[in-house]
Amino acid sequence: MTDSVISVQNLTRRFGDFVAVDHINFEVNEGEVVGYLGPNGSGKTTTIRMLLGLLKPSEGEATVLGFDAFRQSEEVRARAGYMSQKFAIYDDLTALENLTFYGGVYGITDKARIARTLELVGLHGHESTLTRSLSAGWRQRLALGIALVHEPKLLFLDEPTSGVDPTARRAFWDLIYELAENGVTILVTTHYMDEAEYCERVGIMRDGKLLAMDTPSNLKRDIIPGDVWEVYAEPLQDGLAVLPEIEGVLRVGLAGDHLRTITKKGMKKEILLKALKVKNVIVKGIVGGEPTLEDVFLSLAR
Amino acid sequence: MTEYLIQASEIYKHFNDTRAVDGVSLRIKAGEIYGLVGSDGAGKTTTMRLLVGALKADAGEVDICGYDINKQTEDARSQFGYLSQRFSMYEDLTVLENIRFFAEVRGLKSDEWLARSMEILEFVGLDRFTDRLAGQLSGGMKQKLGLASALVTRPRVLLLDEPTTGVDPVTRQDFWQLVIRLASPSPSGRGDRGEGDVSVIISTPYMDEASRCHRVGFMKNGKIIAEDTPSNLRARLNGRVLELRGSPINLLRHVAQKIEDVEDVAAFGDKLHVRVRAGKSDLIMKRLPDEIKSAGGVLTELRAIPSTLEDVFIALSEQSNESHP
Repeated sequence: MTDSVISVQNLTRRFGDFVAVDHINFEVNEGEVVGYLGPNGSGKTTTIRMLLGLLKPSEGEATVLGFDAFRQSEEVRARAGYMSQKFAIYDDLTALENLTFYGGVYGITDKARIARTLELVGLHGHESTLTRSLSAGWRQRLALGIALVHEPKLLFLDEPTSGVDPTARRAFWDLIYELAENGVTILVTTHYMDEAEYCERVGIMRDGKLLAMDTPSNLKRDIIPGDVWEVYAEPLQDGLAVLPEIEGVLRVGLAGDHLRTITKKGMKKEILLKALKVKNVIVKGIVGGEPTLEDVFLSLAR
Repeated sequence: MTEYLIQASEIYKHFNDTRAVDGVSLRIKAGEIYGLVGSDGAGKTTTMRLLVGALKADAGEVDICGYDINKQTEDARSQFGYLSQRFSMYEDLTVLENIRFFAEVRGLKSDEWLARSMEILEFVGLDRFTDRLAGQLSGGMKQKLGLASALVTRPRVLLLDEPTTGVDPVTRQDFWQLVIRLASPSPSGRGDRGEGDVSVIISTPYMDEASRCHRVGFMKNGKIIAEDTPSNLRARLNGRVLELRGSPINLLRHVAQKIEDVEDVAAFGDKLHVRVRAGKSDLIMKRLPDEIKSAGGVLTELRAIPSTLEDVFIALSEQSNESHP
């Protein structure tokens, strides 16, 4: 018996001719925080809906918390929490009333447990605030509380931080790590490349395919084909035309006031500098850049 | 003399008790890409609506290319293109029919619109799809059609309200390439051909998007709490963000949180980012290894890293909370 909480084999879902999820395989272990990263329409939500037994796979299998996700979906749903991107919170109920209502849906009437959930998500003191008066950050915590009220062992978060500011987002992630420390396993979807950096492991989805899954550091090390440079050139357009012609330059993209450039490993910046100068491009500076998951995504996609 | 294509001086807008925009001033030059960055409810969209004259400010003035948005509304409007978060297009019309509709609404004459529409469709890369129904375009192509519609009157100012939310990074890269080309100096000046020298203001909640702008204004509670180039903003936290690796990561997190002069600790999977008070980096870098060791943890890596715009935004937000409780 392994401690894998989610195990997926060849999971596939077609809608007519369209393959929303295309033969994906992955495992998630107990207490892990795993990200599922991809643009809108890449199959993230469809995957979660299959794992929750809400949607039947066209092919393949998924085991969640030891249960067959489709044949024993009620068992799964009783033990898993789900915070969806468009969660129905009643605007004209207070925070406490919303939590009590959704607790009731799971058969939880214990007032102490509901109070504990409020405390856990930091809504203590906001019990009697009408939901419509809560800021985006607080509403998000309430939605998380609702997903947690039945004390699930596994939590699915679908785009949980859309539209909240970075401060609220970071506070939210502190909470996620506290839950993980207490043994809750977390699968979170996001289309924010920088948000995925918070996860212990990240799966990268595009067009229904799971292109890679690993720690952010390993993804950067293994998938980005070389070194990252920020090239401050003037005019930028000329730099953009010249750089790709240089041997060893693998990719060049515009990034506001500079060009983000990936070269083969170990390339000296003097080579870039010289090649740009020859073509009369003014170089104000070339500095080494930190690799990002966006670099990983672009490397996989192209 | 610098020419500012967008000028807002001390604009205010309140809704009931909420000060949605609370004394915002903006000056954006030709060829400049300005990012208005903040969360939902920070006042970004209200600011954009005040700039385009869809809302009237309680106080303050807005000039677009020298025209007062409230007194010379038509002249001002002829100078800008606006792509709102949910721009509408007719899904049952073709790409070309959609562009024609926007061109005619914006007053292009019947002998002008076709040439200009083809030119702008070519610019955004949709010239091969003129006969395709808009409803059958991919997300990225719809977004390009929206951009083409906003650009058909050859505006000098472009306002983009969260244009790339949820878009594929590959498409986003292409979209930014277009925006940067629009803002770049036009080789032939602003003649009949070529796009360029446009002022762009773009609102976004994404920090990685903000980092692509020439200048960024951080918005919070209706105010711009900081404004500078991305590099200058990041320089404000020079040397103050440390990266730690080791195990167990939760133990490292708890140890770091307890150390004096540590302002913020964030877990990023297999590593931690720790923001420290100015001037305390060296001290904390000496202290951390001992503290972690005596707590029974293993530290495998400790280094100062370049800060991100997200780090800066969080630090600034905390400061503004302290000064305005």
